[in-house]
Amino acid sequence: MATTQANDAVAPDEQKLAQLKEFIAQTRQDEHPDSFLIAVLHRAQELYGYLPVPVMDEVAEAMGIPTAHIWGVATFYHYFNLTPPGQHVISICLGTACYVRGAGQILQTLKDELKIDVGQVTEDGLFSLQPARCLGACGLAPVVMIDDKIHGDLTPKKMVQILNQYRKQAKK
Amino acid sequence: MDSNKITITINDQQYKVDPGQTVMQAADKCGYRIPRLCYHPKLSIEGACRVCIVQIEGVRNYVASCAYPVADGMKIYTNTKELRRARRDIVELLLDNHPMDCHTCDRDGNCELQRLAYSMGIRQRHFEGERKHYEKDLSSTSVIRDPDKCILCGRCVRMCSEIQGVHCLTQAHRGFNTVVMPAYNLPFAESVCTACGQCINVCPTASFVEKNYTQDLFEKLNDPDLITVAQVAPSVRAAIGEGFGLPPGRNMEGQIAATLRHMGFNYVFDTQFSADLTIMEEASEFLERVQSKGPLPLITSCSSAWMKYMEQFYPDLIENISTAKSPMSMASAMIKTYFAEKIKVDPKKILSVAFMCCTAKKYEAARPELEVRGMRTTDIVITTRELVWMAKSAGIDFVNIKPEKFDEPLGLSSGAGAIFGVTGGVMEAAIRTAYELYTGETLIDIELNDIRGFKGVKEAKVMLDGQELRLAVAHGLGNAHQVLEMVRKDRSRFHFVEVMGCPGGCIGGGGQPYPLVNSIPLDEECLKLRAQALYGLDREKTIRRSHENPDVQRLYREFLGRPLSEKSHELLHTHYKAKLPRGIVSPELKIV
Ligand code: SF4
Ligand code: SF4
Ligand code: SF4
Ligand code: FES
Ligand code: FES
Repeated sequence: MATTQANDAVAPDEQKLAQLKEFIAQTRQDEHPDSFLIAVLHRAQELYGYLPVPVMDEVAEAMGIPTAHIWGVATFYHYFNLTPPGQHVISICLGTACYVRGAGQILQTLKDELKIDVGQVTEDGLFSLQPARCLGACGLAPVVMIDDKIHGDLTPKKMVQILNQYRKQAKK
Repeated sequence: MDSNKITITINDQQYKVDPGQTVMQAADKCGYRIPRLCYHPKLSIEGACRVCIVQIEGVRNYVASCAYPVADGMKIYTNTKELRRARRDIVELLLDNHPMDCHTCDRDGNCELQRLAYSMGIRQRHFEGERKHYEKDLSSTSVIRDPDKCILCGRCVRMCSEIQGVHCLTQAHRGFNTVVMPAYNLPFAESVCTACGQCINVCPTASFVEKNYTQDLFEKLNDPDLITVAQVAPSVRAAIGEGFGLPPGRNMEGQIAATLRHMGFNYVFDTQFSADLTIMEEASEFLERVQSKGPLPLITSCSSAWMKYMEQFYPDLIENISTAKSPMSMASAMIKTYFAEKIKVDPKKILSVAFMCCTAKKYEAARPELEVRGMRTTDIVITTRELVWMAKSAGIDFVNIKPEKFDEPLGLSSGAGAIFGVTGGVMEAAIRTAYELYTGETLIDIELNDIRGFKGVKEAKVMLDGQELRLAVAHGLGNAHQVLEMVRKDRSRFHFVEVMGCPGGCIGGGGQPYPLVNSIPLDEECLKLRAQALYGLDREKTIRRSHENPDVQRLYREFLGRPLSEKSHELLHTHYKAKLPRGIVSPELKIV
C-alpha cells in the first residue's frame, strides 16, 4: 500500500510566502493562535494550489508547531492536496442536489476515464480531481467545475466529451 | 475515618475510594485489573481502543473506564457476559487487521496484544478480508518501524511528544489508512527522531523494535581472527534480571561477565571504568570553565539521544556542551589504542562490542566524529533486551551461572561510575571529583540527595571554596526542554546542567527489558528498584570517587598523561554540530 510521500522540495515562491507569513502574523494576535492551523494551511493551499513540504516547514517554524503535527492534520483532511495539482483542476460537486441527480455516476466516469482517485493527479499531469460541496449552481445539477468554468447538466457521455476537448486543446 | 471518601460498588461489592480518579484507577486499587491498551499512566488519556469498557448502572452505553471519573454511589460492572463479549469483539477487530506472525515475531512471548488476546479467550481466527500492508522503515541505525503490526493505540505518539518533546511521530491519514509515521512520511533516518527508543518501550506490539545486531555478533564471535572485547553499561546489570523473570533491582554484573565469556568473548570490561574516566575529563573541564569563565553552564553530553536532540533542537547551546565523550565511546577508544598496545595486537583485529541499555548508542557508535585514528571504535551495540535473547538463544543458564569478575585493565570502577546510570548520577559523580580536585579536601557528605529521585527537574547548590555553584538535573527530553529554556533565557542561572535523554536516566533506557506480565513500561516503582541496585553498588564500594580508581590513575600515568592533555583531547573529546531537519520546540509540554 502506498502512503503519500513527501512531495518535492523546491524552494517556495517568495512573494506568496510573504503573503502567507502576513496571514500567520495576523493569527498570532489571537488568544489561541494554534487553533488557526487549518485556516493557515487553507491559505497556503490557495496560494500554491497544494501544500509543498517547504511551505509546511515554514508554517511549522512560524507557528511553533512541530512538523509531524502539521503532517497529521494535512493528511487527515481530504481537501488538502499534498501533490502539485494538474494543469486543470476538476472539482466535482457532491452536494445534495448534484448527488440526487447522478453526481455519483459522473464521479465514477471521471475516475475511470482519468484513472485516478479524488485527491490525485493524472499521470500526464493534465488533470487533478477534487471533491466539492455545493457550487451554487444546483439548477444545473449535476455539475463540475474545471478551473473557473462550470459545466452543468452532465451525463457520463457529456463528461467524456468535455474531457476530450481539454485534451485536444493541450495537444495543440 | 476518612470522611471525604466516596462509596462505589464494583461487581456488587462495596468499596470506599478517593474521589477525583477514573473508574480504572479506582478499580485497580480494589484489585480489579480491567483490560487496557491505549492507556498509560504517564501519558495523556486517549480513550481510543475501548478495550477498557465497563458497564455503569444508569448509563446506557458502555464507558471507557480509563477516561470516566468515579462518583459517589456509582455501580460498576467489569466482567458481565455482555461486556466480555463486547471486549472480545473489540480485540478481535484489532486482530483482523494484524498479521498472524506470532511465532516469527520479535515480541513473541512478550507482547501485550498476544496477552490480551489470550486473556479474552480468543482461540481461533476466522477473518480473511483485506489487511493493511506497508513497507518496514529500516533506515534508522536504532529504531525499526513496522506499520503492519501497529494497532494504533497512539502510545508511541504521546510518548514521543508528551514525555520526550521530540514530536517525531503522528497518526497520518485516517480510518483504515491511518499510519503512525514521522512528518512527510520521511524515513526515520531523515526525521527529528533522537533514537531514544522510548516508543519501543511503550509499544504494546512489535510495531517499534530496535535494529537487531545479534546475528551479526553471533557470527563474529565465531571468527577466530578477531579479538572480541565487550563492555557493559551500569544500567544493564540493574535491569537484565527482569528479562529472565526476576524482580527488578538485582545487580547481575557477575552473571553478565560470566555469560559473555560463555558466549566466547575474549575480554569483558566494564563501562563503569570509563564512566570514571569521563568524570576525570568532565570534572576537569568544568573546573577549567569555572576558573577561566569559559562558556557556562557546562552541559553533560554522555546521553546519545540527548546529543542528537541538542543538534536538532538546541544547536545554539553547542558551546555549552561538554566535549568529553560518553563512557561507551571513551572505553571503545581506550580498547582500540591503550589496550591494543598493551596486548600488542592490531586494533583492526579487535571487535569492540558495547552492551547498553540504550538504542541511541547504536546511533552514537556510528557517528563519524567519534572515530579515532580513522577507526570506528564501537563496532556493535547490543541492548539489554538483545542480550537477554542472546543468552537464551545460546542456551546459557543466566540466572544460575556462577558470577565472574570483569577483566583488567578496564574493569575496575568506583561507586561514582556505577551511579552514572541514574538521573543525577553524573552530576553527583562529577561534583565528588571536582570538589576534591579543586579544594584538595575530602568531601565528607558525598551523597547529593537534592539531585537524586525522579522529579523531572532537580536543582541544587554546592559551595566550592566560597563560590556558590548552581546545578540542574533533567531526565527525559521533555524535562530537559524546561531546563534548556531557562538556560536560553539566562546563561548565568546555572553552572552545571546534567541532561539524560530517558525518563529516570539510563536505567529507563530505550533498550531495557520489556515489562513483566501485569506491569507497565516505565513503571516508576520498577525504575526506583533499578536505581537502588546502582546506589547499592556505590555504597558497597570502598572506592567511591572516580579519581581514586587505581586503574584510572594507572591509565593516566602510563598513557594519557593527565586529564585534558593533548592525548586526552585526541582520544576522549569530540565536537558536535547543528543538524537538519531542525526540530521545533513546542511550548505546551507538561512536566512529569
Ligand atoms: S506483535 Fe504480538 S500479536 Fe503481533 S505478531 Fe508479534 S507477537 Fe503476535
Ligand atoms: S526513538 Fe524516541 S525520538 Fe525517535 S520516534 Fe521513538 S520516542 Fe520519538
Ligand atoms: S506503533 Fe505501537 S505504540 Fe505506536 S500506535 Fe502502533 S501499536 Fe501503538
Ligand atoms: S449541489 Fe451541486 S451545485 Fe449545488
Ligand atoms: S485503555 Fe481505555 S480506551 Fe484504551
